[in-house]
Order: sequence, then structure tokens, then C-alpha cells
Amino acid sequence: METLFTLVPLIVFLPVLGLLVNMVFGGKMSEKAIGWLASAASGLAFVVSILLGLALWTGGGEATVVPFAEWIKIGTLDIPWNFRVDTLSVTMMLVVSGVGTLIHIYAIGYMHEDVRFKSDPGRFRRFFVFLNLFIAMMMILVSGDSYLMLFVGWEGVGLCSFLLIGFWYEMDTLGRPSWANSNAAKKAFIVNRIGDFGFLIAGLLMFWYFSSLQFGEVFGLAEEIAAAQPGVILAITLFMLVGVAGKSAQIPLYVWLPDAMAGPTPVSALIHAATMVTAGVYLIARSWPLYSLVPDAQYIVAMVGAVTALFAATIAVGQYDIKKVLAYSTISQLGFMVAAVGMGAFVAGMFHLVTHAFFKALLFLSAGSVILGLERGHHHLAHGHGRPESPDFGHDAKSESRRLESSDSGHHHEEAFDPGDMRNMGGLRKRMPVTFWLYLIGTAALAGIFPFAGFWSKDEILLDAAKLHPEVYVLLATAAFFTAFYMGRQVWMVWFGKPRHAAAEHAEESPKVITVPLMVLAGLSVLGGALNLPGVHTFGGWLEHTIELVEHEVHLAAWLEVSWGGLNPIVALISTVVALLAIYFSWLIYGQKPLEASQKDPLKRPLGFIFTGMENKWFVDEGYQTVFVKPYLAVSRFLAEVIDWRFWHDWFHDTGLAGTYQWLSRIALDRVIDTRGIDAFFNGLGELTKRISTSLRRVQNGFVRSYALAVLFGVVVILGYLILK
Amino acid sequence: MDLGGIPLTYYLVLSAALFTMGALGVLIRRNALIIFMSVELMLNSANLAFVAFARSFELTTGQPVFTGQLFVFFVMTVAAAEVAVGLALIVAIFRTKHSIDVDQMSSLKG
Repeated sequence: METLFTLVPLIVFLPVLGLLVNMVFGGKMSEKAIGWLASAASGLAFVVSILLGLALWTGGGEATVVPFAEWIKIGTLDIPWNFRVDTLSVTMMLVVSGVGTLIHIYAIGYMHEDVRFKSDPGRFRRFFVFLNLFIAMMMILVSGDSYLMLFVGWEGVGLCSFLLIGFWYEMDTLGRPSWANSNAAKKAFIVNRIGDFGFLIAGLLMFWYFSSLQFGEVFGLAEEIAAAQPGVILAITLFMLVGVAGKSAQIPLYVWLPDAMAGPTPVSALIHAATMVTAGVYLIARSWPLYSLVPDAQYIVAMVGAVTALFAATIAVGQYDIKKVLAYSTISQLGFMVAAVGMGAFVAGMFHLVTHAFFKALLFLSAGSVILGLERGHHHLAHGHGRPESPDFGHDAKSESRRLESSDSGHHHEEAFDPGDMRNMGGLRKRMPVTFWLYLIGTAALAGIFPFAGFWSKDEILLDAAKLHPEVYVLLATAAFFTAFYMGRQVWMVWFGKPRHAAAEHAEESPKVITVPLMVLAGLSVLGGALNLPGVHTFGGWLEHTIELVEHEVHLAAWLEVSWGGLNPIVALISTVVALLAIYFSWLIYGQKPLEASQKDPLKRPLGFIFTGMENKWFVDEGYQTVFVKPYLAVSRFLAEVIDWRFWHDWFHDTGLAGTYQWLSRIALDRVIDTRGIDAFFNGLGELTKRISTSLRRVQNGFVRSYALAVLFGVVVILGYLILK
Repeated sequence: MDLGGIPLTYYLVLSAALFTMGALGVLIRRNALIIFMSVELMLNSANLAFVAFARSFELTTGQPVFTGQLFVFFVMTVAAAEVAVGLALIVAIFRTKHSIDVDQMSSLKG
């Protein structure tokens, strides 16, 4: 079994191979071939991950480092590219490649239609190249044996995220020509850059004090350094938190994730819900030996996570876009995970990461199915009315200008039809029954209804929070209430009531290539809790090989001492009641009397400005715009126009440097040194030569006889000298 | 020391006189032909000196050495060649200038 570990580089290189083949030969391959090839590359990586998992399982679960290549070697600095196979990294590999493969398959169906609705079938291949690149980068991230390799993957997935958010870079989410999508991509990239800056500082500090970035060496030295310089570990962990806040969308850097929904839905599911955004949680779990040494940092992390969980959950209540609700839900759930790993409940956090990957991917992909259903309905409608303008199926309209033109003249889509707007939906359960049931399962899992996966993992987090930090527990439990509420609201608005738009009336169910991966994910969302059932704790035992669980000595209230094999019935009961209550409220408000077309949200009147705040994301984007972006732009403009252009360019360079130089060259050099010095010298030389030659030319008088006389004299002189000497 | 009853000094004096005449002829006369003849005079004065010295050497040492006579032949040969070239030049110059006055040949005057 040991030899299986040497297979680990394949998890990176299989997707790379897939993307290379698609890049080089994809132009001549059919869509199906491209899609299935990419899925196979990801699927084979999943198979390798399973083999690694089996090898670990049978081999006792000890971490193995597989040396792969020498990377940086300068003097004493030696950073190899090694793969680390332990229970934590294999867990991430399984999630990334497993969920990733399902999403690849789903995307074959999804992108087939998406590229046609947006009139550019040529982009199908590009999508799968990016998707495979993402899997490869994510694998580098989770399998690296040093913070530097992790950072390489970290940046790589950031790049893929940027590329895929801006996949339809020349239009907005409704397909109208605009830079909205590309701005969303830039926003994600720049906000992540701020986080990466923190991560980078953490890494440099680590290198400075530990002289190494290898996990093993850093963790080995951690206690020693913590004893010698207690501030160092605190600084490293807090700067790392900045990186986590960027990548895992925590306060204050979460603002990029909702905008990232501009990407195609499979991207939202894979990158912005299931895998990439959990990299921050993985980073903290991976750095557990550091975080365990500084309770202050742990507390800050936990509070950041908990506040984010509640804050994002409240915003989700006021959203109308089906994907935006899920985006804020993702931020909120990531808050749960970060809070968990911050408290030191690493198993609970990782467990929630896994189950969340299942049910959130399911929800996003189902939402994608709904959006496609509405697009189909809209398309059907447009054709039914005999309009000639809808996207021409099977017709290769690659020309961008043509698409922009056609959109300009308002032919492409009806101006404001938004297939993602829940106000355009309603009553879809009859039109799309399969997706409906799958969506319900995902909702139940997310809301934490027994016995779905989310129940078990969320409950573990809540129990740990109740034991360790009651204030975190209160925040998270409130967030759980909002979670169930906004999911209930979404379900009533999307699936029940009457269609509020003609497109919803004609929505069509998605094909099997889309629904089958959803069924697999739904199965996992139902059964995922079995990974770590109370009393058995398979997952906890599995991770214990990598993460030592530190038992905190805390004084517990009597009701918290009760334990049914690790499950506290009271905490479980509270969260179940909270969830059911929230769903009941949502039924009262949205289910009992379904929304009518163009009716305002029923919460708007009773809650007043609070709901306006939720609707507008508490004006955080506007706040950032005023506090950071606008002053930043003003400063940049000032620097560019006044400092750089007027002062630096006009005054310093033109007047100062060029003027002085010209003055010098004219006055000092041209008049003095050049004319009177160099020129005078060479002119004098010429004059001298001329004078000498003028006097000498008189000798050449042209008379042969005088030459003969000269010869004679010469001979006489020489002979005289020779004789008389 | 007997060169046909005439002492060596006589020969040398004659030779010097001839050479001086030749040199003066070259320096003074303007006619190219006369200059040539003067040059021949100088060459032959040298020849006379060569032969006289060679004979005198042979008589004093008793060794017959013909180096002097040999040189005379060389000088005569070279003189013949020189005359051939020189006359050709003079003919060519005469054709263009209709004169053989060397003072008129001063195109290379500086």
C-alpha cells in the first residue's frame, strides 16, 4: 500500500493533462468529447485520491511526505515541491476532485445551453480548460507540504476564479453588453490581493523566525518560538487570518463573493461554494499547531467567523437573486467553519466543510438548473410569439461584434428579463419536479434539519461553541435561524405559489446530464452526516492522525455535560426548534400567501429600514466605495495628475532636468568647452600642418636639376661623414 | 706598381675629372640628351676607377681577382638598360611637349 503514495503527483498532473489535450486538440473535438475528457481527468484524480485514502486507512493514517521535485535551492534555503499525504489533505483532495468531477459532468449540460443562450459556442472548450486548471491548482494547494506550495495553489485558484467570474467578460449577467462581469472579476481579484498580502506577510514572518516554510519544520519549532517570542506566533496567525478573510470571504473582505456570482453557475458551485473558498478553513486547520498556541488569535478568528455568519445571513434574507441568496448563505456557512476552526474545533469545522461542499454544490447546481429552465421557458415563449431574435441554436455565431450589435438593438433578450430573479419565478415545482425535490434536500441539509448532513456538522459546531464561547454560540445560533428562514423564503418564492412571469410558466426540466450529478450530490447531502455520527466519530478519528485535539479545561453548565456519544440533546433540540421555527415563519410570510407578480416583499413594510438595509447588503459596498475606493481613486488621480504629471513630468523632468541639461550644454559645453577647447585644439592642429606644408612645398620647385643637385649634396654629405667620421 | 707604365694616381685623377665633368653636365645643361650623355660620362668614370683598382690589386698581391672588371660589365649593362628606358621617355615627352628641355618638365612642382 505504501507504494500507492507515490501516485500523489497524478492528482495535479491528470487535470493538467486534460487541459493540455483540450487546449491543443479541443478545436477539432466535439463538445461532448471535450466535456467528458475534462470530467475524466478530474474523475481519475478522484480515483487516485480514493486510492490514497485507502492506503492511509490501511496504513494507520500516518502522514507521508512524497518528495517530488527540487524547486528553490539557494544557499541554505531549500524549498522542494513535496506532496503531503495525510488525513487532512486527502479529505480535501476527495472533496475537491469528487465534487469537482460531478460539477464537470453537470457543466457539460449546463455550458452546452449557456454558450448558446449567449451566442458564443466557441467558449465551451475554454470553460473546461479553466475548470481543469482550477482542479490542478486546488490540488497543489491542498497537497503541498510547505506554506509556499500552498501559496502557489492559493494564487492559482485565485487566478482561475478571476478567469471564470469574468468568463462572459463583455456582458453583464443578463447578456447585455457591459463590463459588469469583468468588473466583478476584477473586484474578486483585487480584494483577494488584499488578503494575499496578509498571507504573504505571515509567510515572510514565518520564514524570518523559523527559517523554513515546510509544515513539519515550522510546527516542530512552534512551541520553542512561542516560548521565546510570544508575539511572533500571534502576528503570524493574525496576518494569516487576513488571507483567510480574503479567500474564504469573511468580514471585512467578503464583498467579492456575491459579485462573483457573475460567473457561470457551475463556477459558483465549484469555486465559490464548495472548494476554493474553503481554502481559508483548510489553511487554519492545517496551521492548527500555530493557532493552538495563541488563544487570543483563536478567539479573534472565532469571532470574525461568527459575526460573518450572522451578518451574511441577514443580508441573504433581503436578496431577490436566487444565486445571490446562496452566495450570502455561503459566506455565512464559511463563517460557521471559520468560527469552528478558530475555536479549535477543527474536526467540526472540517466536517462542516465537507457536508457544506455537498449540499451547497447541490443548491447552486439546482439553482443553475432553475435558471436554465427559465431561459428555456423564455426562449420557448419568444419562439412561440414568432419573434426571430432569440439565440439561434446550432448556428455558430462567434463574432463578438455581431452579438454586441444584436444586443444593442434590443433583440437578444427582452430588456429586463432576469432568469435568476426569484420575483420572476414561482410555482416551478410543477414545471421542474426533479430539480424541486433535489432543491428541497439541499435546503433541508443547509437549514440543519434532522437527519440531513448539515444537521450533524452544524450541530457539532454549535455544541463546541456552546462549550467554549457562549457569545459565539449565540451569534451562530441566530445565524442558523436566519439560514433556515432565508432558505424557506427562497423555497416558497421559487417553487410554490403561481408563476409570476410567463417564462416561469413555460419553464422546462433539465436533461439527465444535469440532474444525475445533482442526484449524487443529493445522496451525499442526505448521507453525509454518516461520516461523523455521534458515538462513532469516524471522521474525527480519521483526522486525529493529523490534528491533535486539544481538550480545553472549561467549566461546563450541567445541561452541557449531557452527552449522547458526543451529541448534546439540548443543543441539538435548540437548533432543530430554531430551524423549524424559522421555516414556519417563512411559511407564514411567504408560503401562506404567495407573492404576486410585481408585489413588494411582504417583509418590507413591517421591518421598514431594516429590510431596506438587508436588501442593500447593509450598504457595505457603498460604504467601501465611499471610504476606500473613492478616496483611493482621488488620491490616485491627484498623484497621477499633480504629482506625476505636473510636478514630476512637467516641472522636474522637463523644466528641471531637461532645462538644466540644455542650459549646461548650450552655455557651458557648447560655448566654452566645445568651441574654445576641443574645436580650437583640432583647428590649431590643422592650421599648423597647413603652415608646415606651405613652407615645405617650396622645396619642390619642379626643376630636375635642382633635385639632382640635392642628390649630389646628399651623397657628398653622406660620403664626407663616412670618410671623416 | 705598373699599369702599362702609368701610375695608378693618373687613372684616378682622370676618373675624378671625368666624374666632375659628368656631374657638372647634369647640373648645368638643360637638354635631356646632354644630361644623359653626362650621366654616361659619370658611369664610365666609375668604370675606369673600378678597372684601375682591380688591376692594381692584382699586381700588388699577385692574385688574379676579376671582381672589378665584373662590376664594370654590370654597370655597362645597367647603363644600356637605363639609356633604353631614358630615351624612350625622352621620345614620349618630346611627342607631347615638342621639347626636351628638362626645366619645362615641372608639372610636379609643389
